[in-house]
Amino acid sequence: MFCLQRLDGRQTYDYRNIKISFGTDYGCCIVELGKTRVLGQVSCELVSPKLNRATEGILFFNLELSQMAAPAFEPGRQSDLLVKLNRLLERCLRNSKCIDTESLCVVAGEKVWQIRVDLHLLNHDGNIIDAASIAAIVALCHFRRPDVSVQGDEVTLYTPEERDPVPLSIHHMPICVSFAFFQQGTYLLVDPNEREERVMDGLLVIAMNKHREICTIQSSGGIMLLKDQVLRCSKIAGVKVLEITELIQKALENDQKVRKEGGKFGFAESIASQRITAFKMEKAPIDTSDVEEKAEEIIAEAEPPSEVVSNPVLWTPGTAQIGEGIENSWGDLEESEKEEEDEDGTDEAIILDTIKMDTGVEVSNIGSQDAPIVLSDSEEEEMIILEPDKNPKKIRTQTISAKQEKAPSKKPVKKRKKKRAAN
Amino acid sequence: MEGALPADAKTCAESGTESGPRGPGCSLRHFACEQNLLSRPDGSASFLQGDTSVLAGVYGPAEVKVSKEIFNKATLEVILRPKIGLPGVAEKSRERLIRNTCEAVVLGTLHPRTSITVVLQVVSDAGSLLACCLNAACMALVDAGVPMRALFCGVTCALNSDGTLVLDPTAKQEKEARAVLTFALDSVERKLLMSTTKGLYSAAELQQCLAAAQAASQHVFRFYRESLQRRYSKS
Repeated sequence: MFCLQRLDGRQTYDYRNIKISFGTDYGCCIVELGKTRVLGQVSCELVSPKLNRATEGILFFNLELSQMAAPAFEPGRQSDLLVKLNRLLERCLRNSKCIDTESLCVVAGEKVWQIRVDLHLLNHDGNIIDAASIAAIVALCHFRRPDVSVQGDEVTLYTPEERDPVPLSIHHMPICVSFAFFQQGTYLLVDPNEREERVMDGLLVIAMNKHREICTIQSSGGIMLLKDQVLRCSKIAGVKVLEITELIQKALENDQKVRKEGGKFGFAESIASQRITAFKMEKAPIDTSDVEEKAEEIIAEAEPPSEVVSNPVLWTPGTAQIGEGIENSWGDLEESEKEEEDEDGTDEAIILDTIKMDTGVEVSNIGSQDAPIVLSDSEEEEMIILEPDKNPKKIRTQTISAKQEKAPSKKPVKKRKKKRAAN
Repeated sequence: MEGALPADAKTCAESGTESGPRGPGCSLRHFACEQNLLSRPDGSASFLQGDTSVLAGVYGPAEVKVSKEIFNKATLEVILRPKIGLPGVAEKSRERLIRNTCEAVVLGTLHPRTSITVVLQVVSDAGSLLACCLNAACMALVDAGVPMRALFCGVTCALNSDGTLVLDPTAKQEKEARAVLTFALDSVERKLLMSTTKGLYSAAELQQCLAAAQAASQHVFRFYRESLQRRYSKS
């Protein structure tokens, strides 16, 4: 075999670093294989067994390729890759009979445990199957199911407080090891990463336990392998599986020890705090003594909901209002611009003008005093809004004459104006 | 005032907490956050609040499907994945709440005709899950460098049957509570971006919870700030 340097500096038979961390719940783990990351969670449920296997529990595996892992993974679509990986996992873990399914039987033919293994790929950097198989077996080893007791027809399910949950009985730990072949099998790599996977010609996956028993073997990619090549791969797999099994057992023992001693465990502990991207904060007390006062203040300040004014309010002849109306800054701006022209009488007209804007009510025939108030959505109104320069002037000239006759009505208008300003 | 003198506001908050909490529930659990832990997404963050843990990954601004393209702004998508089983109605509803919150702060108009995808994975649920999801989403968006008008945080309050207020409740506290209220607040004006509630409560209690959430948000934003300061301290 040629000695070749891989992109990440590994040798041909090197695995990437494996890191196993456990969550606070039983049966929850995250496995990192280099940058590939898989979250595993085991859960259980009492169900009725399959008709042809009345005394066997049910094992269910579900690997999900989350969109988080790579942008190409679409949610809710069963891609070929996903089907292939799920099938391989089932063959590796269910068909190898590594879990004693008969021990999962509670009442024959009526109630058995269904063990569900959910695996989520969080980051895809190649070799999903190895990471997933490690995560699955680690999660299964870590998992504890609630204890049950059967007395006659009565089945009692104990909470974790009443009786310690029991672990699953696991006969052996099958682990997948992937080999990538290049140039029709001339080159071979262990644990291909994503870039290597993209250019490989063929893939051989061997699932093996530490007793060197092959559980599954699968060759894909359509390359022809020689007997020697397969044998050599199985030898390498034996060594790798032994290393990984030791690592898994060490991780499980560690977690067990910490839990027994009452130390801190869970994902919070597995975050490397020396990392610059990680940060922790201890329990922070919050002062909530002023919360009640604050709430009272807000409620006291809040205005009671006003009654809805449905009838138009007549402020002055020629100006009416419906509803509350919204403060119109457009009119105010107009006023400040016009302040310089201190003409006698214009002031009034502008006020009248602003109020008209405020209320948003168009009054037709502004000049004649006795004319009835007509509320309309005429196009003229739109004109006023769209062309602020022209129209106010027009209106002003119209209203100047009207204003002198309406002398008594000036005051309420002014007052209202001031109130608005104060607000 | 807070906006004008952020430093003063901060010290006020600090001195306020040192006077000590009144109730046993008036504290936030320990927080932890790790950013940029995944290699594939543009931004990622793992956020832990006590034993609740959420992992978030953000892709974007990236290419968008023609069917989802919006011509004048980015398409924001939030995907929430449960730990066990397939996503259901509860996840869809949370996705919507988180998306609405994100849409309120993300400056999508700067990246028209692109997609910003936030993928959230529940790692462990031990209460205040939605708040943790919001915090994780915010930190991942920050990590991805998505332009935002303000940061946001999620705070959950629980009201017990005797009217006592619990901040950042655990799963057990949430179960026992009469009402559970979750708020999303922005970092600039501390204004409400989203609120969702469950259970019965009075108007006065709502205001109390909101005030408490605002007080708690100060701590969350301080945590954000210190976490980011640490991250960018060596550049």
